[in-house]
Amino acid sequence: MTRFVGIRLFVVSMALLIIAAVVPAQAEKLGPDGAPNPTASVIDQGTLLKQAPRIEGRIDIPDLKASVLEQPVGRTWDYFHEVLLHWGAAVVIAGTILLLGLAYLIIGRVRIAAGRSGHKILRFKAFERFSHWLTAISFVVLGLTGLNITFGKIVLLPLVGPDTFSDIAQAAKYVHNFTSFSFVAGLVLISVIFFKDNFPAKVDIDWLKQGGGFIRNKHAPAGRFNLGEKLVFWFSLAAGVAVSASGFLLLFPFYGTDIPEMQLAQVVHAVVAILFIALILAHIYIGTLGMEGAFEAMATGEVDLNWAKEHHDLWLARQLKEDHRDEPAATPAE
Amino acid sequence: MARMMFLCDADRCIDCNACVTACKNENEVPWGINRRRVVTINDGKPGERSVSMACMHCTDAPCAAVCPVTCIYPTEDGIVLHNKDLCIGCGYCFYACPFGAPQYPKVGNFGSRGKMDKCTYCAGGGGPEAPGSAEEFAKYGSNRFGEGKLPLCAEMCSTKSLLAGDGDVIAQIYKERVLKRGYGSGAWGWMTAYREDIKV
Repeated sequence: MTRFVGIRLFVVSMALLIIAAVVPAQAEKLGPDGAPNPTASVIDQGTLLKQAPRIEGRIDIPDLKASVLEQPVGRTWDYFHEVLLHWGAAVVIAGTILLLGLAYLIIGRVRIAAGRSGHKILRFKAFERFSHWLTAISFVVLGLTGLNITFGKIVLLPLVGPDTFSDIAQAAKYVHNFTSFSFVAGLVLISVIFFKDNFPAKVDIDWLKQGGGFIRNKHAPAGRFNLGEKLVFWFSLAAGVAVSASGFLLLFPFYGTDIPEMQLAQVVHAVVAILFIALILAHIYIGTLGMEGAFEAMATGEVDLNWAKEHHDLWLARQLKEDHRDEPAATPAE
Repeated sequence: MARMMFLCDADRCIDCNACVTACKNENEVPWGINRRRVVTINDGKPGERSVSMACMHCTDAPCAAVCPVTCIYPTEDGIVLHNKDLCIGCGYCFYACPFGAPQYPKVGNFGSRGKMDKCTYCAGGGGPEAPGSAEEFAKYGSNRFGEGKLPLCAEMCSTKSLLAGDGDVIAQIYKERVLKRGYGSGAWGWMTAYREDIKV
């Protein structure tokens, strides 16, 4: 028994000795004359940068991100921010406005086909409207102050001069930082309130087949929300979560993130925000200019009965049935 | 026209941090701000090298390009300066900087950043303050360059590892060193900062 342990001890120690002999021999390079060459194992920076996108080392100061000696990818991020983002955002936003303008010229304002009935029905309760406008106003403020960071120096700076522009940009930065909280609050409220009404339903397919209400002589059936509104809801929810998450990473820089993660957060934040703005521009168009009788749903909360019949017939039928059950003697049968 | 650059000969750097101390003292840099630092690569392993790094005063500086208020600009000597009156503390220059040079004083809760601070090549500030004035010193630190002197970090370097001056001159010094001693790990950061390397 003891002899067995002794053999094992011998084998293990021999193995360790071999490892100890081999490893430094690999690391320590010898010069042509056999003497240890102090520089042969030095890796030059070109080789280091080929191995990894950034060179990191040990530092003597507590600032951990200072341990990155060199990150050429900073220039890549610069290219994204100054070239790709500028052109991409300009094309997406200007393109969306152009398309909406074209839609207005071709389709025009979608009128209430049967005209106004004069009767109103409640579509959005006060708290629902509050949640919508909390998010909407926050969104517009965030959008404008955010665009200022990217486009301000091109658009606004030549108009007002560097000192005034700097004051505006400084204020815009703080407004952007703090409005983020009301936007997230609004986003949470909207998501919770409208969640169940935005589940896909069979009627959405019929709505799509009927041209989504944009073809004059076809009736597109819908519940409380049609497929278009549902898509706006789900895309907004996804984009809202993405901009909020990336935004809070940017608001708390280097809290558990490193330089590449901060760069990525900025890229996600900018790209999603631009697409979000394009989506909301379309949403604003349909809710105001694009359709008669739509804006009042979010303004006063009440819509015309004929508007509801044409755009949300299933919802209207359900509402009327509920009203009759609640107050059976309110209106005599016609 | 001279083009001012930094070059750290890593084969001479002994990680003594005298450059860091010289910078802090000369410019009275606040606590928590490090305009210059020494990074040790392969620490404790064969081939360990230390590199002193600060703002490299890049050609086509990415920090200047991404700045949303365009407060960063190159001087005619190639020194990248900035105007603290215009800076809004957004932190974008740090994401773009290949060398981690921009620093921000903590001015409030969470991640709120004050006006950016970085190596000025001991050339004072890029604001409206008179060169060499007390106001300029308080905001940006020393203006040795205006007195015809080079940055103190390089001047103080005990092994003459850190070189500052005209790019052609310090490249020539480095070349001669490499030829004489027979080795060199390269001009750290030059390809990224100046888009040129020193061929020996």
